[in-house]
Amino acid sequence: MKKSEKVAGSVAGYVDDRTGAAAWAKKNLTKVFPDHWSFMLGEIALYSFVILLLSGVFLTFWFDPSQQEVIYNGSYSPLSHVAMSSSYASTLHISFDVRGGLLMRQIHHWAALIFLAAIVVHLLRVFFTGAFRKPREANWLIGIGLLTLGIVEGFLGYSLPDDLLSGTGVRIAEAIMQAIPVVGSYLSYFAFGGAFPGHVFIPRIYIVHVLLLPGIFLALITVHLMLVWYQKHTQYPGPGRKETNVVGYPLMPVYMAKAGGFFFIVFGITAFLGAVASINPIWLYGPYTPGQISAGSQPDWYMGWMDGLVRMAPPLETHAFGHTISWNILLPGLIIPGILFAGMAAYPFIEAWISGDNREHHLLDRPRNVPNRTALGAMSLSFMIIALANGGNDVIATHFHLTINGIMWFTRIGLFVVPPIVFIITKRICLSLQRADREIVLHGRETGRLVMTPDGEFLEVHEELTPEKKWTLTQHEQPVPIALPSKGSAWALSPKRVKDVLRSRMSEANATSVASPTESEARELESGHH
Amino acid sequence: MKPSRKRLTKFRRQRFAGPVLVVAALLTIGSAFSIASALPSAQKSEASAQSTLVGEGKQIFLRGCSSCHGLNAEGGAIAPSLIGVGAAAVDFQVGTGRMPMADMSQQAMRKKPIYDATQTAALAAYVASLAPGPAAVDPASLTWERDGNVAQGGALFRTNCAMCHNFAAQGGALSNGKYAPTLMGVEPQHIYEAMITGPQSMPKFSDKTITPAEKLSIIKWIKAAQSEPAIGGASLGRVGPVTEGLLVWTLGLGLLVAVAVWLAMKAR
Repeated sequence: MKKSEKVAGSVAGYVDDRTGAAAWAKKNLTKVFPDHWSFMLGEIALYSFVILLLSGVFLTFWFDPSQQEVIYNGSYSPLSHVAMSSSYASTLHISFDVRGGLLMRQIHHWAALIFLAAIVVHLLRVFFTGAFRKPREANWLIGIGLLTLGIVEGFLGYSLPDDLLSGTGVRIAEAIMQAIPVVGSYLSYFAFGGAFPGHVFIPRIYIVHVLLLPGIFLALITVHLMLVWYQKHTQYPGPGRKETNVVGYPLMPVYMAKAGGFFFIVFGITAFLGAVASINPIWLYGPYTPGQISAGSQPDWYMGWMDGLVRMAPPLETHAFGHTISWNILLPGLIIPGILFAGMAAYPFIEAWISGDNREHHLLDRPRNVPNRTALGAMSLSFMIIALANGGNDVIATHFHLTINGIMWFTRIGLFVVPPIVFIITKRICLSLQRADREIVLHGRETGRLVMTPDGEFLEVHEELTPEKKWTLTQHEQPVPIALPSKGSAWALSPKRVKDVLRSRMSEANATSVASPTESEARELESGHH
Repeated sequence: MKPSRKRLTKFRRQRFAGPVLVVAALLTIGSAFSIASALPSAQKSEASAQSTLVGEGKQIFLRGCSSCHGLNAEGGAIAPSLIGVGAAAVDFQVGTGRMPMADMSQQAMRKKPIYDATQTAALAAYVASLAPGPAAVDPASLTWERDGNVAQGGALFRTNCAMCHNFAAQGGALSNGKYAPTLMGVEPQHIYEAMITGPQSMPKFSDKTITPAEKLSIIKWIKAAQSEPAIGGASLGRVGPVTEGLLVWTLGLGLLVAVAVWLAMKAR
């Protein structure tokens, strides 16, 4: 035994004697995880979060979250002697007078955009593969919570520098707050400590941004990962993979190395973006003054869809009992986002109710095999993309020489027309892919090789799939719709009856699928072929 | 008195007195005449040059502009009257290539000027001759480099201009396909003329709203913004978070997912 091994062994022995860690470490370090690139999307979000913590701590060393007015005296001459808030001045100081400060600011902001984008693609993967099903509903809800808080956290960070763009964003947030019927104006006065913009808002959101929300994030991420650990990771179907096992590689050394390496790659790509591409050039925006505004004021992309909805909302207002209800802000700013996020959170429960499926699932769905869910996801995505496009309508208008009104009307109508079309098309595509699967399982792969028989007949040679491939294409369950209970009078419109009818209709739509080839079908064809 | 009179009498009696007096008289009368005649002739030739310029301008106007603006610049169904818009408006519209319009779309766009400087001056002189209006701005009189104040100009720009032209003077969208153009690469005198004439959708900024000195500061800020190096890396068009979001979803996430795929292949 080498000397170094001896030392390591004695240290490990010392720790194990006192903590009993060896048994725990042996069990957990050898834990097996399945391998697929799409399982690494959540990791991107996790690593971006770490980058955000590190770069954010750096920024706090110089950032001064105060709305105290100061006269700028730093090295960016186009703003010299301009009156501005201390938070804006300190952000300029970080950008121009702190070594590496601008790079860190840009890394922080790019990491925030990547963080939320990674959360969204991770969520899409989980949704389209059905990974949210029992027993993982709780983790789905935590994920929705992380996404919601991530959007809030990103918006607060965007608001902190108190530049012209972020002040405009805060002004819109104030408008959304005020749009809440009855309590809105009180809420706004509470948040701003008086009339907008006041002197307390930035110090307040600073503490929320650097302490409260990161703390909640750490807690939620920990629970999120512990649940993945405890419930084990889902896996894609394939030969040898069952609901009761996990096929993959051990944490140590495979995933330790991969995850560690991936962290550095994520950090590298974020730092690359921070080094080569300008983000949030606050010195160009100028300090915030309520009397000023810039054309093309936009939020970051993760709020862009909401901004797009606000931009397309028709000017509707109701006056009643001395109160004004601004539907033009309430609807796109609160009600529609509320419905979207509540629907997303409730989806696992709704799907379980419709399908009547109460079993645990550890094998993932191939999206084509659940056409209704896949179509619903695509439909929601198209809704968000249309809303997001309208959020950038002014930039689209100037760069593609379009009219902003035209884009607004296109998205206004498109918001209602396109998602249903996307639903239908996606569902048809899923069913076609199922049919293609069935075809290829029964008849094999078309090789393109033509053979002439001695009789002069031409045949294309079909290559039979491997049994593994066949298994993968046929392992999924055939959905069975829930039949309408025939008890009671068929015409009695009791709430229970309505519920039953609704459920059976939806379950029927949900169960649309192309029948997987049965064993006897396969055998019949085989005997026919040979 | 006696001695001086005696000296004068003595002088008169000299032989050369006559010719000297004649030469002196001739010189006086001649130079007086030439000065007297020179003044009005200079004025007259300038006026005649001006009237030729106006004439030339009118010819250009009749050929290139009158089909829309009317034979007497009185305007028509598709184009405004030019009576009283002044030389500044003409210098801006023609000098930036906006007029003559290429097509009757939402608004005239900046393009390569069709008329050269002399022709533009002629057109401006013709339009200015119709009725008084703001004069064209002489670039030499715009001492923005010396007298402008960048920081003050920036503040004025954000208050008065950024709402349409964007925070970095990159331009922005207006309603129904109209737009505030980018101010990058626009000549200082054209920026100044735009402020005093309010072309197309732009409001007029009179000398009371924004003083001439403040206008110079605005020009200086625009020029500073134009020549500002890309401090944080690629500028992404200076249009705000839209291009940033686009980059994160294409290059950023594209690279990261590609790496994830590569790592997943690499494991085996």
